[in-house]
Amino acid sequence: MAAISTQTRRIDCLAALEVIASRRTDQIVVNTMVTAREWPRYSEAEDLDLPFIGCMGKASSLGLGIALGRPDRQVLVFDGDGSLLMNLGSLVTIAAARPKNLVLIVFENGKYEITGGQPIPGEGQFSFAALARGSGIECVYEFDALEPFAAHLDEVLRNEGPTFVCLKVTEVGRLSPKPGRVMGEAARRLREVLAST
Amino acid sequence: MATETRTEAALSAAGVLRALKAAGFTDVVWLPDSESGFLHQALAADDTLRLVSVCREGEAIAIALGLTVAGRQPVVIIQSTGFFESGDSIRGAALSFGMPLLLMVGYRGWSYGGPMADTAAIYLEPVLDAWGIPHNLIERDDDLEGVEQAWAQARERGGPVAVLVGQEYE
Repeated sequence: MAAISTQTRRIDCLAALEVIASRRTDQIVVNTMVTAREWPRYSEAEDLDLPFIGCMGKASSLGLGIALGRPDRQVLVFDGDGSLLMNLGSLVTIAAARPKNLVLIVFENGKYEITGGQPIPGEGQFSFAALARGSGIECVYEFDALEPFAAHLDEVLRNEGPTFVCLKVTEVGRLSPKPGRVMGEAARRLREVLAST
Repeated sequence: MATETRTEAALSAAGVLRALKAAGFTDVVWLPDSESGFLHQALAADDTLRLVSVCREGEAIAIALGLTVAGRQPVVIIQSTGFFESGDSIRGAALSFGMPLLLMVGYRGWSYGGPMADTAAIYLEPVLDAWGIPHNLIERDDDLEGVEQAWAQARERGGPVAVLVGQEYE
């Protein structure tokens, strides 16, 4: 059986983060693994950021909870491909809960980059977009080049969700240092901010 | 005789629902187990507590903490087996966020103080103790004040507290 995708075109991961940061207004951002290391370089709203590292792929679940609790605020989740593979059932949970304000973006580089670049299982042989559609998420995008992603991002953010976006990205290479803020600290700060708005 | 004992020890779904509402809970994040069918019926029929169903228990912990960050007051209802499955979510989130969280954990294999054969029961309290998660046991409606007490304790410590459910819901 042939692999689902043999394409190798990819978006520069950091350029994708830069584009998202440039369009962000008041969205809450939950991020994990590589994006948790790199997003602070681009984010201009640290109080609305929640890095969530080390819970075996639960960023999508944390983001779902925030989205359900604050339907008036859009929540962006930056997930890793290895991370989402650990919590694939969350796609079904999200589809069933139907949060209109949740955008789940998986950064697919085909590697466990944070642990040294080992390949994820089945690299290139399956489709996250197909998994999302098959889970019942109707609004699904996949991009492997920056220009179309940038061109469609406003539409992605305007959609009635839940929305799933797969970005085929490059490895970052030399990662930024671990975030200085402790995760619990960030969670408590976000809770305070949301309580006051 | 057995019937009388069971009636005496009854833990009603309606009673649990009342206790959760009285303590101010807004959302129930859960994965059903074989003993909680009646509770699901009661929750599904209730329009004040939102029911969030998950595919696996580790999700439930993270979703509940997300709801908490967003200002809601969720309770997680899972079985002891699911508690074990949730390990890294409990370690990495519930014990790290510094926020109150109530876990209602079905005590599969609990034998009312007698010897237990099911490892899902044998290891439950030792694991809770190892993580420093306080816990109390409820077996009948008369024990349900333990829900509010556990929630008060969770708020006070800023962390998870478990209510162990030692009886099937009726």
